[in-house]
Amino acid sequence: MFYREVGDFKTTYAADSQTFPIAFDRVRYYFVLIVAVLLVPFLIDDYWSNAVFVPLLVWSVAAIGLNILTGYCGQISLGTGGFMAVGAYACYKLSTEFPDLNIVFCILISGAITAAVGMLFGLPSLRIKGFYLAVATLAAQFFLVWLFNKVPWFYNYSASGQITMPERTIFGLAVTGPNVEPWAQYLICLAFVFGLAWAARNLTRGSLGRQWMAIRDMDIAAEIIGVDPLRAKLSAFAVSSFYVGVAGALYFSVYLGAVEVTEAFGINQSFLVLFMIIIGGLGSIFGSLVGAAFMVLLPIVLRNILTRGLNWDTALATHVEFMVVGCLIMFFLIAEPHGLAQLWNIAKQKLRLWPFPH
Amino acid sequence: MQQLLYLTEVSLNGLTTGVLYALVALGYVLIFKSSGVFNYAQGVMVLFAALTLVGLQRGQVPFAHLWTAVFGTHTYLFGWNLPAVVAIVMTLGVMVLLAILVERLVLKHLINQHPIVLFMATIGLAYFLEGFGDLMWGSDVKRLDIGLPVGISETIESFTAATFGYGVFVDRLDLFAGLVAAALVFALTVWLKHSQLGRTLRAVADDHQAALSVGISLRLVWVLVWSTAGFVALVAGVMWGAKSGVQFSLSLIALKALPVLMLGGFTSIRGAIVGGLIIGVGEKLFDFLMGPIIGGATESWFAYVLALVFLMFRPQGLYGEKIIERV
Repeated sequence: MFYREVGDFKTTYAADSQTFPIAFDRVRYYFVLIVAVLLVPFLIDDYWSNAVFVPLLVWSVAAIGLNILTGYCGQISLGTGGFMAVGAYACYKLSTEFPDLNIVFCILISGAITAAVGMLFGLPSLRIKGFYLAVATLAAQFFLVWLFNKVPWFYNYSASGQITMPERTIFGLAVTGPNVEPWAQYLICLAFVFGLAWAARNLTRGSLGRQWMAIRDMDIAAEIIGVDPLRAKLSAFAVSSFYVGVAGALYFSVYLGAVEVTEAFGINQSFLVLFMIIIGGLGSIFGSLVGAAFMVLLPIVLRNILTRGLNWDTALATHVEFMVVGCLIMFFLIAEPHGLAQLWNIAKQKLRLWPFPH
Repeated sequence: MQQLLYLTEVSLNGLTTGVLYALVALGYVLIFKSSGVFNYAQGVMVLFAALTLVGLQRGQVPFAHLWTAVFGTHTYLFGWNLPAVVAIVMTLGVMVLLAILVERLVLKHLINQHPIVLFMATIGLAYFLEGFGDLMWGSDVKRLDIGLPVGISETIESFTAATFGYGVFVDRLDLFAGLVAAALVFALTVWLKHSQLGRTLRAVADDHQAALSVGISLRLVWVLVWSTAGFVALVAGVMWGAKSGVQFSLSLIALKALPVLMLGGFTSIRGAIVGGLIIGVGEKLFDFLMGPIIGGATESWFAYVLALVFLMFRPQGLYGEKIIERV
């Protein structure tokens, strides 16, 4: 009744391709934004910021990045953890070498550096595809982590091999370092997520995004109708790595503050992001956000039920968590290969017809 | 001379590690050849098989920690020790059961899906098995002892010491693993070439639809091939487990089988063996020669980068079938 456009009276292309054609959706979208910007920062405390909101936002950026590469362009990557490490170390080096550089630019430049590295490791995609490429990206994962471990220049010759983020401010307000307020942490991540998600949504429905999707659906056919595979694939790697690099930089500088590369950016992180986009929905920006939320919240909920509710020890809870995640992946691939985003779309279609489905 | 002998020793050790890589890679090839599924979970299956073998042999109570948490039973051991042979046969049974369940619950529903979807489903399976194995048998490092020969081979050492004046160290377990791998490859090749079931497998590998139309049960073949891969996983698990203990890192070592496969080609048993040997020797020699210059522990990435560079020139690997694409 309320969830429906009245007739189809579009007269411009802009009106035809708008993201939220239904008034209710637009209102809901602005409502979510207002709650996120004006309400949450006042309610947030240390636990909610560190355990829920900040990781959720950071992983969202990484998931959007991988979704651009895997969901839109069809190139599977298992090197996400390695690329996040590039972003983190670039951010560390930039902020310690140039202390006057604003942290926002630091993070953006880290993304650009990661994009360059990503393009380098994306070169093989011109020759190999499918899981050959997936395994090839494992080379990036292991090589990059090894590199950051072995070359002391990257961690400024610190004895522990850890990198620690110094305090940086925006307009005099600390956003990294030990004295940061939870709401400042939250807001800077939210700003990045909003900007990047908006950019991704508009990129993927433009000419470049359509080229990616053509390559994904069938690369030879795409080449025949005039899509340059070199440009399309490498641009997908570049954009995707930019996002992943920004996520890595945020993960290190805003969220954790200090990281050790093998722990923070191991192969498990690569899989985590892959799971996010499978569960959320391949080829959907909204799906990346939902998938990230799901994979961040699931362990928290499980752990709360198992260790707090049933008093199991944590090792046992971790094993169960692994099993549940594995089962969910298989379940989603069998039951709904397009993930939570597709369920959401189906619900919207039903709602459009409601209450007169025939 | 001394240097040369030392180099030989490094290469020999590389060869024996390579044999173990090849053993894991064999499992991947079997499944990929006959069902087109790239089974990421093979590495975890190795770990799971080894865990189950140790658990059964030592008479561990399955899910002991879970029962303790839920019912407060605190029974961790049945208090018996099974002979190795019985434990191995029982583990095989478990692996066959696993194959049947995987076919029933997962693969059956994913027929005709894109290979990438199947690949990601096996990643899910890997995660599940990882948690399941640890939940069932506990996550502590276990010692696997079924009476395999271990330690330095003294015959070889004293022989080389007497002839060249430098004793070459070779682990007896590695020699044994080499023999087992050779026997396994021989048996598998003969089985695939000459037995009724082997012919069925090859028919399915060639063309699913044609195989279906002459009355071959695809589902039976899948169970069969996953069971065989389970068997290969068990052999690999025994060898790795005896060498370095049964623990989580086993499934990471198994990841190394991926570059082995890319080098050798996904569809060739011979490729798995040759690729394994090349990577085993290559990474040991590279670490030996370049390690001091660029910092050690290059073994963690050398295999992947080698495979990556190699693929740029020959995308199908050494022995793989040429990839032909049509619109």
